[in-house]
Amino acid sequence: MANILKISKNAEEGLRELLRFLLEKKRVKAVFTLRKINENSAVSYSLITDSEMLKDALPLFPLMPQNAGKLLSRLTLKEHLLEPTAAVVRPCELRAFIELVKRKQGSLDNFIFISTTCPGTYPLELSTNGDIWKKLPEYEMCVKEGDIVPDIRPVCQACEHFIPYSADMTIALIGKKDVDKSCEIFLNTEKAEKLIEGMDGELSEGELETKEIKKLHSKRQEKKKELFKEINVESLGLSGLIETFGRCIGCHGCGRVCPICYCVLCDFDSRDYECEPSTYESELKKRGGMRVPPNTVLYQLGRLTHVSVSCVGCGMCTDVCPADIPISTIFLKVGEEVQNLFNYIPGKSVEEAIPLTKYEKEEFAEVED
Amino acid sequence: MKDEFEPRIIGFLCNWCSYAGADLAGTSRLQYPPSLLPIRVMCSSRVDPLFVISAFLRGADAVLIAGCHPGDCHYQEGNYYARRRFACVRKVFETLGMESDRLRLSWISASEGPRFANVITEYTEKIKKLGPNPANKKIFL
Repeated sequence: MANILKISKNAEEGLRELLRFLLEKKRVKAVFTLRKINENSAVSYSLITDSEMLKDALPLFPLMPQNAGKLLSRLTLKEHLLEPTAAVVRPCELRAFIELVKRKQGSLDNFIFISTTCPGTYPLELSTNGDIWKKLPEYEMCVKEGDIVPDIRPVCQACEHFIPYSADMTIALIGKKDVDKSCEIFLNTEKAEKLIEGMDGELSEGELETKEIKKLHSKRQEKKKELFKEINVESLGLSGLIETFGRCIGCHGCGRVCPICYCVLCDFDSRDYECEPSTYESELKKRGGMRVPPNTVLYQLGRLTHVSVSCVGCGMCTDVCPADIPISTIFLKVGEEVQNLFNYIPGKSVEEAIPLTKYEKEEFAEVED
Repeated sequence: MKDEFEPRIIGFLCNWCSYAGADLAGTSRLQYPPSLLPIRVMCSSRVDPLFVISAFLRGADAVLIAGCHPGDCHYQEGNYYARRRFACVRKVFETLGMESDRLRLSWISASEGPRFANVITEYTEKIKKLGPNPANKKIFL
């Protein structure tokens, strides 16, 4: 059984070709992908039904303007999709969406997921100042060589989950020397094989996990160790946390863009967290001084306990932080520890329940006293 | 004697077991240190990790969550969920290099008055050794 469709165009062209085919042959009703807003400008996620509009689509553009998981959840929150739709998303975005679906914040029905072996995304800053376009040649070179791309998000450089777990089709990018000449599309499901029936291209067989992928995996593992060492999460302690989060301006942007933080009305935005004069008085009596407004550490610790079990490490939080706090590194580290505790990989499978919604009768005796 | 550190422990006690256990300890006239500030919750699973963190950052020297023994939950399974949630908060504390010893989960049934007194006595001693919660003196929380 053939599992690869090879199109002799560069990866992005090939993928666009595939999307155009799916739309024109009416195999899907719409395509969800990154599309440029105008020449040399930013990109945004868009839904496209007119195949003509695909010429401005940049499905592989190395930027995550928002975590698509959150967007797909908003699309399907009230009702599942009524028509088949192909969504081109990154592995962590797909994982985030699956975590949201588990929380009843969306539906997978009628989605066809197209993802890639993900080389990572650049910080938003590089898109707003236009530098991202200059970096694209270097990006492509690193993709071909299977190297860590310099200047991408720190958590991308340390990401080990760069192969999508539940995509219907996967575009092979990492370690593909001819990525500028040919587009390799792995067909992971029967649904995918049916969808591409009749499309021009050469069918063949092969393995997605090549030795280049394995090499990049170990490089990223090394990088992760370095990253954690840099921040030294485990020796932060209370003083370290106060130092790190002390410069937080309280915009709560990190929670707003976090795909796992799905509450429409966040408890921390409510009046419950406004301190009354009597609270200030009693706290001041005890401490002799107090930050105004208080509760920054509480906010971050609260978010950590709520989110860590499902954190996919996409890096949106750090990206939007105006105070440049390495939130995503801390979340990645704590997330990893908590997830290991439950032997859980967030977003890997929609069938696997979120650890905090289930239990074993005999477990965690070590936390009881 | 006056300057000796008396810990303040915030205790979230489940209505059906641990709170009744505390009552029994009282009516049985058992002696234990006056360090516990009990808060009655309907079930140990009612305790959101935020309660624990709030109490800790506000300067509680320790936080105790107490509920029915596994299998005895008034709501069948609440304490199993509470245990998972507690393991998660503990892990967050450990990973960030904070003192996870200041958090404790104990099962105390309604008939275990002596056990209640024991847990409080023993835990108070432990916290005494640890000293006051450093969060008490921090300004930039």
